Amino acid sequence: MSQEKVTIEIDGRTIGARAGEPLIEAADRAGIYIPRFCYHKHLSVVASCRMCLVEVERAPKPLPACATQVADGMKVATRSAGALDAQRGVMEFLLINHPLDCPICDQGGECELQDQALGYGRGVSRFVEGKRAVADEDLGPLVATEMTRCIHCTRCVRFLEEIAGDQELGGMHRGEQLRISTYTGEPLRSELSSNIIDLCPVGALTNKPFRFRARAWELLSFPMVSVHDGVGSHLSVHTYQGRIQRVVPRECSTINETWIADRDRYAIEGLAAPDRLREPLVKRYGEWHTAGWEEALSAAVAGVRRVLEGHGAAGIGALLAPHATLEELYLGGRVVRALGSANVDHRLREGDVSDQEQAPPFPYLGGTIAELEQADAVLLIGSYPRHEQPLIQHRLRKAARAGAQIMALGLRRFAWNFELAEEHAVAPQHLVSELAAVAQALGERKQRKLPQALRGLPGGSVSEPARAMAKRLLAGERAVVLLGNQALSHPQAATLRALAALIGEWSGGRFGVLAAAANSAGGWLAGALPHREVAGRPSAEQGLAADAMVRAQLPCYLLHDVEPEHDLWDPAAADAALRQAEHVVAVSSFASERLREVADVLLPLGAFGETAGTYVNTEGRWQSVRGVAQSYAEARPGWRIWCALAQLLELEGFAYPDIAAVHAEIAGACRDVQPSSRYPAELRSSGATSADGGSSSAPGRASGQGSGVTLALAGAVPIYAGDALVRRSEPLQQSPLAARLEAVVAPETAQQLGISHAETDEATVRVRVQAAAAEALELPLVVSSTIPAGTVWIPAGLAERAQLGPPFGTVTIEAL
Amino acid sequence: MRQETAQEKAQHAAQETALTEAQQARIDRWLAQYPPDPAGRRSAVIPALHVLQDDNGGTLERHHIAALADYLGMPRAAVFEVATFYSMFHLDTACGRHKVNICTNISCWLNGADGLVAYAEEKLGVRLGETTTDGRITLVREEECLAGCVGAPMMVVDGHYHTHLTRERIDEILDGLD
Ligand code: SF4
Ligand code: FES
Ligand code: FES
Repeated sequence: MSQEKVTIEIDGRTIGARAGEPLIEAADRAGIYIPRFCYHKHLSVVASCRMCLVEVERAPKPLPACATQVADGMKVATRSAGALDAQRGVMEFLLINHPLDCPICDQGGECELQDQALGYGRGVSRFVEGKRAVADEDLGPLVATEMTRCIHCTRCVRFLEEIAGDQELGGMHRGEQLRISTYTGEPLRSELSSNIIDLCPVGALTNKPFRFRARAWELLSFPMVSVHDGVGSHLSVHTYQGRIQRVVPRECSTINETWIADRDRYAIEGLAAPDRLREPLVKRYGEWHTAGWEEALSAAVAGVRRVLEGHGAAGIGALLAPHATLEELYLGGRVVRALGSANVDHRLREGDVSDQEQAPPFPYLGGTIAELEQADAVLLIGSYPRHEQPLIQHRLRKAARAGAQIMALGLRRFAWNFELAEEHAVAPQHLVSELAAVAQALGERKQRKLPQALRGLPGGSVSEPARAMAKRLLAGERAVVLLGNQALSHPQAATLRALAALIGEWSGGRFGVLAAAANSAGGWLAGALPHREVAGRPSAEQGLAADAMVRAQLPCYLLHDVEPEHDLWDPAAADAALRQAEHVVAVSSFASERLREVADVLLPLGAFGETAGTYVNTEGRWQSVRGVAQSYAEARPGWRIWCALAQLLELEGFAYPDIAAVHAEIAGACRDVQPSSRYPAELRSSGATSADGGSSSAPGRASGQGSGVTLALAGAVPIYAGDALVRRSEPLQQSPLAARLEAVVAPETAQQLGISHAETDEATVRVRVQAAAAEALELPLVVSSTIPAGTVWIPAGLAERAQLGPPFGTVTIEAL
Repeated sequence: MRQETAQEKAQHAAQETALTEAQQARIDRWLAQYPPDPAGRRSAVIPALHVLQDDNGGTLERHHIAALADYLGMPRAAVFEVATFYSMFHLDTACGRHKVNICTNISCWLNGADGLVAYAEEKLGVRLGETTTDGRITLVREEECLAGCVGAPMMVVDGHYHTHLTRERIDEILDGLD
């Protein structure tokens, strides 16, 4: 499309437009509504529904506005007798086979067909013959279908093909028999699948869990942002009688366009899970007792006081969820500091933070989310955004479709929805050296030398894939280097950051970190860190980082929205630490069995939508939301809980009248913070210089004892396992993307294990997995060439694997 | 690297699916006639479906579609779309030894195709889309214009055109099938 400006006339109004743009777009911009079904601004134009017919001067017949390109001097009539007649005619045809079931249709009241029939149709139907009926589809637990209502606009088909990247639906058969179907009856697999609900102009595709909960006109709508990754997608939350009933996307062209991930939409289904914490609980002599707030807060405070007296302030540590609000993270950190401890952290899934002193103010994407689609060469390191930040994947896919060379250096191969230019998967203990090799290859081309601290990392010669990646990065004009969730939880994450930042610099592009959680960035700004206070001010005391806190086995832990068996880097160590602690206070929305075992006081926390607060996304954008739902039973917003604790502890400076005052304090402090993604090339930690990352036994060899094989362990948190709410959403847990706890190994490794069956998706054998001194775990084994030899892939973040410890390490495996 | 992956994918597809080497070779011959890119591979879908259908006694099964989709690098749904669109493909239905397509599109319809269909249905004791119990004849589903309008009404039997149909001609032709 050219940028040439032209002038056209629509319904007598003169408007400016770009030559060649679709007429319907120019009209939309001018606020002139033309009816449509198949057109959508983010999808290709098929002009199949003909609802948008308008009259254009000198055209012999009405033209579809979505498929008519604007030309200078064009005169258009959208409401002339001819146009209205054409629209009425199309409407009549569309309604011929459409059932008259509006009273029982979930789309009723927000149906484009209903609206347009009212606005552009006839009052009475002339069609007296029988209507067709279409057999229903089963698309899985997220999307409900009533295919007789389908008007074949193909928006759903085009979305799945063009945006989601896998055409799972198609127009089967033809003519009178045409139906939208998967044909195979398999459930949808895309992480973005539920967007077809919003796209479907009729009630053929609707929100399955929401079905029959409320009528559209009974709902109140509130703006909200999503809290399940660092993207911060814009949402509208719909409530009925104070309860959240459903979530729909809210348009934001610079973040999520018009889409959201299924996770963003269906996480709310976990809000009323059976183990939701309804009232404060206090444990006495091993028994839980329901308590009033006052009693529970006093019990929490009394325990903290006992620890202060017996062990001093250093015995207290706070682990705060990285998806808590900025205000909660700020107050949690301040309470701990006011007590005299600096043991506070929100980096719960990170094991190496040795570069924290020299780190920038917060982990930063290095630019905006929207800019990603302009990149022409991208290196993703330890990242699978499709499951980690689905809307980032969407931007990358757009870039790839526009010709960008996207490369992945990671720990296994994944099911990308675009063609990668390079994909290199290595065992976890080689990730650092492979990345160093990319840096080295870049250095060779640019006549630069690796800084002292990073030298000696590449083990020998630079590998072919590393060389190819360096070459493509240099060829790009707008190169981007991104570190993903798996790299950030790698045991040598600091070295990876240093190398990746260097690669970004040497390739003349930008470097960024993809934030894993809603406030992974905000936690830094709020001072939920052992070494920095709000706005990056140096901490007077030096405290322990999350993993060190766990290893130090402190006498007192304060948990905010944390499920230790899921959310901590080393859940085994966390479990041990919490079990030995004298006093554990958990501020939490849910009370899992494990949490009830280790906690002494449980304080019910307002969950998503029930509390106001601020989230800082991966591009450093601050987004504040209001609490829009009634509080659940006795649950209270986290900021109030922390203030109440502070007051009972007689700490100064926590008398805030409202959350706005807390927010203002943080915002004021952060006013001059400049985002940056510069990481130091000189590393302080010694671990950085060893390419092997200190893994003692060489993976891939038969070990001494028994017939077991020693393998490197690697794993990522599955898409629907990241936080307590998502984990409790039944529809998400029933969908095909729900986590399966399996051990996945390469065919070579399977052979070593004495298993000689072909690669399959289905597990047929079971294996015993043993990590360190922990109890062994029996898991189904899957053989897949997506895993590098010598590695076993076991998903992280699942309670059932907690005894294996961190996502990475060494395990012994034996076939059963 | 990229080549390796593509190769591996192809290997993988070949293992998992039911395409025989001979079938692959025949499909490859078609592929050679189109540009060597994803769109080109898609273009080979119709001849490739014919290869599989011919090898399978005139019908297609779902696993053929899956196999072919993987081989051509197409979404499965897209191959199902093609296989269900054309009346020359018979998906998920057993077919008789002979396939009879009676055109019912405009020219043939104006010349009495509807009556001929009814006649053939009665004669064979099956409806459109069904196969006689003895497995002799499949009356293929409602057929669109077969480009034989000059000789309307017309039908195609096992790929051969028969024009200017009458009930007598239908008797003659159908009775002549073994
Ligand atoms: S199901 Fe809905 S979105 Fe899909 S083609 Fe039918 S009407 Fe359009
Ligand atoms: S919106 Fe233009 S033809 Fe459907
Ligand atoms: S209409 Fe029957 S052949 Fe054309």
